[in-house]
Amino acid sequence: MQICIYPIMTYFRGVWCIMEKIIPAKERLTKSSKNRMDGELRGKILVILCAVIMISATISITIFLGTKGLQSFIKNGVSLIEFLTSTHWNPTNQASPEYGALPFIFGSFAVTFLAALIAAPLGIGAAIFMTEIAPSWGRKILQPVVELLVGIPSVVYGFIGLTVLVPFVRAHVGGLGFSLLSGMIVLSVMILPTITSIATDAMGTLPKNLREGSYALGATRWQTIRKVLIPAALPGLLTAVVLGMARAFGEALAVQMVIGNVRNLPSSILDASATLTTIITLNMGHTTYGSVENNTLWSMGLILLVMSFAFILLIRYLSSRRKL
Amino acid sequence: MSTPTLTRQVFDIMDLNLWYGDHHALKNINFPINKKEVTAIIGPSGCGKSTFIKTLNLMINMVPKVKMTGEINFNEKNILDEKIDLVELRKNVGMVFQKGNPFPQSIYDNVAYGPRVHGITKKKHLDELVIKALMDVALWEEVKDRLTAPALGLSGGQQQRLCIARALATKPDVLLMDEPTSALDPISTLKIEELILELKEKYTIVIVTHNMQQASRVSDKTAFFLMGELIELDSTSTIFSNPKDSRTEGYITGRFG
Repeated sequence: MQICIYPIMTYFRGVWCIMEKIIPAKERLTKSSKNRMDGELRGKILVILCAVIMISATISITIFLGTKGLQSFIKNGVSLIEFLTSTHWNPTNQASPEYGALPFIFGSFAVTFLAALIAAPLGIGAAIFMTEIAPSWGRKILQPVVELLVGIPSVVYGFIGLTVLVPFVRAHVGGLGFSLLSGMIVLSVMILPTITSIATDAMGTLPKNLREGSYALGATRWQTIRKVLIPAALPGLLTAVVLGMARAFGEALAVQMVIGNVRNLPSSILDASATLTTIITLNMGHTTYGSVENNTLWSMGLILLVMSFAFILLIRYLSSRRKL
Repeated sequence: MSTPTLTRQVFDIMDLNLWYGDHHALKNINFPINKKEVTAIIGPSGCGKSTFIKTLNLMINMVPKVKMTGEINFNEKNILDEKIDLVELRKNVGMVFQKGNPFPQSIYDNVAYGPRVHGITKKKHLDELVIKALMDVALWEEVKDRLTAPALGLSGGQQQRLCIARALATKPDVLLMDEPTSALDPISTLKIEELILELKEKYTIVIVTHNMQQASRVSDKTAFFLMGELIELDSTSTIFSNPKDSRTEGYITGRFG
């Protein structure tokens, strides 16, 4: 009985000292619960407001981009088929303007997949090194490295690419230097930290007893990693790669500085090329708002948005397959 | 020690001391383990019984800063020797953990994991081993139609029996069980206990348990650990009816622990 009363007594001691009279228990309880309810309500409104602002911002951007992006097809009569499949981009030709965005769509996908091809093995390898091979000192060194890579602004990546990578490719590999190859290398370095950190989480959150189970059966460390841990972490690892690809797909500045920005479909990895993002950033400034060319840029933006939705859906599907 | 008793022993632990950093976790353990017997290890939490069982297949080496002295002779070879083949040791000394830990793979792949790791690739040979192991743990009838189904879809008790099958598939001599039923319901526990009694025909079993009734039901020998020391090791009936040490008596009658 005493134990039960004690916390209530101390809780209300302050109130008692001021009022100097004993308030019936019932009143105390209802009053305190009323105060608490006020706080509840205020907090609830605050967080609902945050959620509403976020949701409405996303919805309005989507609607705006949707209407702007579709205008070129509906209002200006650009053929959607031509836009998606033609390789001829010449919107400034007065007599017969051409609006084929395929080279840029192809360029976007090409650099994204090529960058993922380099960054995925590197990032996953680094993650395995940090979680399985050298959890103490490996993580101590690699973690700051990864964070530093995230912190470097994309313009700096582009600048380094322009000054170091482009001349290097030109001298040692061939072509102009401004190429898909340069774009893919710059992008792979940029998405490496994303892939590494998410892959590290995916590996690190695997239950310890999986490792124990495998080692206890006489498996070596490499067998354990290859046959148990990687399959178990696979949905998480794929999520890491897809998130990296989403970032690569949307990156504009650094790619623009090294890729060459030509309107032709590249025929080799050493050819200059362009992506949806680089064409938007390059042409946004010198087209008039409302013109056909400007509207087609919005259409490209819409494609980027649709693709990022696709990436999100893919990630959702992958994480729903996570079994552990 | 006379020769006949020596050949009956699969493990002979002599003067084993173990430290976690500065913490002296096992003190001068001398512990013979006989072939095809069930040895139960009891004792209060933190007494070193889990630590001890993990030394037998050197899983203890996964813990950082562990230091051991003394000898753990397995089939007359000291496994604390640097030159010991860890893969071979763990193939011969299987282990089952507190909580069933099947890999997130199919039932078949779980059981086939050990043999595959040890280089068996022929489908027919693997099939034989998997079926045999699943029959040994009385799981075959329950899963024979869904060998490709994910192992994590099994119930807790089935998962634990699957883990025993997985350990048996490498054809070990010894099976170590670290509180194998502490996360299971009474019926699953009963099944595992029945299984232990069957398995002892073919395997040497060392089981750590918190449950003294379990120790008395399944084991031939019982060892009582307290604060890192082996207080008493004797036949199970002696330990539970007529223990020599007053601390053992205190523990089994529930006065402490």
